[in-house]
Amino acid sequence: MKQIMTGNEAIARGAWEAGCNVAAAYPGTPSSEILENIAHYKEIDSEWSTNEKVAMEVAAGASIAGARAICAMKHVGLNVAADPLFTMSYIGANGGLVVVTADDPGLFSSQNEQDNRWYALHAKLPMLEPSDSQECKDFARDAFELSERFDVPVLFRVTTRICHSKTVVELGDRENVSVKDYERNPGKCVMTPAAAKNRRYLMEKREEALRAFSNDCKYNAIEWGTERKIGIISSGISYQHAREAFSDMDGKVSFLKLGLTYPLPDELIQRFASEIETIYVVEENEPYLENFVKQLGVPCIGREKLPAVDELNAGIVRSALIGDHKESAYSVEATPPPRPPVLCPGCSHRGFFYAMSKYKDIAVSSDIGCYTLGVAPPLSIGDSVICMGAGVSAGIGMHKAFATKGGSEHGGKKINKVFGVIGDSTFFHSGITGLIDAVVNKSQLALCIVDNRITAMTGHQENPGTGRTIAGEPTQAIDLKTLCIACGVKPENVRKVDSYDMKAVEEALRDAYNATEIFVIITTQPCALIKDVLKRRAGVHCEIDRDACVTCKMCMKIACPAISYRDGRIEIETSMCNGCTICAQVCPRQAIKQVGEFNDG
Amino acid sequence: MTDKTNGSGTKGILLVGVGGQGTILASKVLSEGLMRAGYDVKMSEIHGMSQRGGSVTTHVRFGKKVYSPIIDEGDADILVSFEKVEAVRWLSYLKPGGFVVVNDYEIHPLSVLTGAAAYPADVLAQLGREVPNVLALNAGGIAEALGNVKAQNIVLLGALVRAMQLEHIDWASVMKDLIPPKMYDLNVRAFEAGLNQYTNQ
Repeated sequence: MKQIMTGNEAIARGAWEAGCNVAAAYPGTPSSEILENIAHYKEIDSEWSTNEKVAMEVAAGASIAGARAICAMKHVGLNVAADPLFTMSYIGANGGLVVVTADDPGLFSSQNEQDNRWYALHAKLPMLEPSDSQECKDFARDAFELSERFDVPVLFRVTTRICHSKTVVELGDRENVSVKDYERNPGKCVMTPAAAKNRRYLMEKREEALRAFSNDCKYNAIEWGTERKIGIISSGISYQHAREAFSDMDGKVSFLKLGLTYPLPDELIQRFASEIETIYVVEENEPYLENFVKQLGVPCIGREKLPAVDELNAGIVRSALIGDHKESAYSVEATPPPRPPVLCPGCSHRGFFYAMSKYKDIAVSSDIGCYTLGVAPPLSIGDSVICMGAGVSAGIGMHKAFATKGGSEHGGKKINKVFGVIGDSTFFHSGITGLIDAVVNKSQLALCIVDNRITAMTGHQENPGTGRTIAGEPTQAIDLKTLCIACGVKPENVRKVDSYDMKAVEEALRDAYNATEIFVIITTQPCALIKDVLKRRAGVHCEIDRDACVTCKMCMKIACPAISYRDGRIEIETSMCNGCTICAQVCPRQAIKQVGEFNDG
Repeated sequence: MTDKTNGSGTKGILLVGVGGQGTILASKVLSEGLMRAGYDVKMSEIHGMSQRGGSVTTHVRFGKKVYSPIIDEGDADILVSFEKVEAVRWLSYLKPGGFVVVNDYEIHPLSVLTGAAAYPADVLAQLGREVPNVLALNAGGIAEALGNVKAQNIVLLGALVRAMQLEHIDWASVMKDLIPPKMYDLNVRAFEAGLNQYTNQ
């Protein structure tokens, strides 16, 4: 049966067909839908893990105990999980173990553009790189068997355009694989220095076997053209772009398509190169393939013609390698205004950030999530965003620097207080350790946990605070306030506040600002896009009293997409407004009122 | 129709709009229909940050054999814009002689709402002057008259199907399988209305 699937759906399907038993992930674009889709298969025990390191360790433990296991994460998530990754390369796999890394060339939804192919080289892991959804499914299915055969976790590397492109897939059936018998094996699974050293020697032998396999496997293959002038070495989505770019040349061009990209097939590359006049290496971001080809003494053209930054497409390849650049056919005078992503109407972060923006002598260490969007003017909340958890810990460091300088200057302004901003899911992911650090090391950080009751930015996944598992089953919800107190924050220094209540928000921020020890504010208003919230507020919106409005535009300072200024009047777009009343609360003339009924039925 | 830009005669459909406008369902119906008709199909869309009111694009390519899922600049056979000014933003993707279907509907980005930037005044007139094959329609109004503004995406799909001469595909059965039953009738009517927009030109 044929189906059109995204790469992520196809990876899920491949894992299911392989008889995978256990799956774990932390959501992150572009990888999130892998686990969402795996969770639909009832035969696989799936979980949203607290972070990527936990996800990998859950999968690793399942593999050691004999189950086929998969974990999935975005590229930066693999940094978080790098610790278990490297040592699992020593331990190997009992049940097949597959680690999916979803990279983001072009930074569509990420804080960096790291190329995770280097992880395979660094951790000595075989790496599969599918180039469409059919290969996502087939390679994912095969990956478990390869993992068991070579006693090694398999790194499964995809990119945004593979994850989020739909292509036609021929489906297969599920293989019935039972969880293997378990035998305790400390020499293999307890990585004491002595045991690890033994494994280290074995890893070198494994590399040899994998290299031989790489030279003679179905994943790496030459597709000869009718001529031997031009040869392309490529993998993943870049292969598809290269094929497209050279599709005019009537099949003259030859391709070496690589699907197993660690270890790379040295002999196969040599053989290909020996018959080709000019070799181009087509790959996105790092010269990972190119460096290897050059190491073999094979002259090739890659990075000198193709860009290092951003994703590729056929046009870029065509223009760089064939010199055939297509001009766009049409243009008009009109310039489209920029349309960056923004905080939604009714967003629970808006009023909180607006109140925060009143403080001109603070620095804000922010974090990864929807609230990162608060950095845009006019709210302009966020002095730094590094990675998950840094909203807390980098804030500790900022405060140290400002304090050491003794009321320091910052952009010409005096900084008297550092606020940290972090979301609920991100706090569970890696903010807790930062908070403990702040408590123990007596930081005066004011930490704001902007709890919107969901992992919003990646598409509303459950997290430890929501009280539901990935299957939608009720479970213990971790209470943030209790957790903060358990981390050592004094109960009187933890304040829960409704972020739609501006007075309460302002008071909490003032107390946090004035505190001389760690202070935590936890907001409680849920994401406006949660289904139950949408339903409850569907009949509610804000309205302007025309007689009272003096068009002072104070309500526009909160940057709500539902509020506009047209033809000399302020307008609130009813269909977008959820009646959060932040605009009404900032209006100095009380000219905005909430109308309608909440649906509490 | 074959063209020199790609040897396999692959066609490119670029759907553009603003997060939340229903481009994803329209492209889902489109690519499913194309697959059932026996074409090789690839579709690529960008998720993530762009869901929060940002500019969104979906590339659909189909033909005998499709390699890249992304349409190059100057290589789209048709540009379907769910929002007016987005047609301008992505116009450079249109190939010579290509079609533009544009929804006469404005969503003002924050920069315009706050007055920091201006929303261009005469987008449709400019498009009409520069591009030979432009169909501007009020898909939202048409859908609203049929019962629900949300069906505007299927109105636009209907117009796209007519422009690309893909009426031979059994779209009704595709919609039956992909659209919730209580929305089915509305969407079939929305689709027909979209098709008829071209005949009414």
